[in-house]
Amino acid sequence: MACNYEEDVPHVLAVDDNLIDRKLVEKLLKSSSCRVTTAENGMRALEYLGLKETHQQNNGSKVNMIITDYCMPGMTGYELLQKIKESSVLKEVPVIIMSSENIPTRVNECLEMGAHKFMLKPLKLSDVKKLRHQLTNVEVEKR
Amino acid sequence: MASVTQLQRQFIEYTTSLYNEGYLDDQFTQLQKLQDESNPDFVVEVVSLFFEDSEKLLNNLATALQQKTVDYKQVDSHVHQFKGSSSSIGAQRVTNMCVHFRNFCEEKNLEGCLQQAKHEYILVRNKLEALFRLEQQILQAGGSIPMME
Repeated sequence: MACNYEEDVPHVLAVDDNLIDRKLVEKLLKSSSCRVTTAENGMRALEYLGLKETHQQNNGSKVNMIITDYCMPGMTGYELLQKIKESSVLKEVPVIIMSSENIPTRVNECLEMGAHKFMLKPLKLSDVKKLRHQLTNVEVEKR
Repeated sequence: MASVTQLQRQFIEYTTSLYNEGYLDDQFTQLQKLQDESNPDFVVEVVSLFFEDSEKLLNNLATALQQKTVDYKQVDSHVHQFKGSSSSIGAQRVTNMCVHFRNFCEEKNLEGCLQQAKHEYILVRNKLEALFRLEQQILQAGGSIPMME
């Protein structure tokens, strides 16, 4: 499927265990011209990305950005970030961490692990739109 | 039979009071901003999800507190969820209640906290349902919903 529409519209994977937040972040991203896939936890996100535990599967879906909640049962957003950064295929994908708590040590550990940004919940439409613009720039720089 | 203008005025007054009294905060406005032609019922959909989710959470909390040995981690986890959802829809008083709840998680009066959380939830639910009814009345009378600043 290599049509222009696919290339122009970023595909974002949004991960959050809270149903309301999932619905919200999906709408925020769609309103910022993104194609969105949601996952309710880290494991599902990894499965979608084709990253199961240590071995990389080739049938993972392509995403331009991952946005994940920090506090999730099972695998935290930080742990998910870690797995993504450890993957040769996925480590270049920008990962945004969202959290309702502004804890400096948490922010720092995420940024040090390679998170593109740490954003406070609830997200505002203006923040997501800004992110979308930055994303386009990141993509353009890579070409 | 109230006219469209009267209904619209009622709507503005009611909404303003909800913000002034702290039932709703800016996040609710953000939700309304997200509603558009492609998603004309977005606010009602999200708020309905919040109602369902909250009722489940409150039941889970009640069950957790009824255990012989209360699992405080579980209680804290439920309250964290509740705080998250209420904050996401702008139900400020419920969110504040959750913050209060978590601070008292180690103390004895958790049952009291639960009752207060339930109370705040029911209050905001009633207010939001009244607001949605007003919206429906305006629409049915052929008017449009006033935009709140």
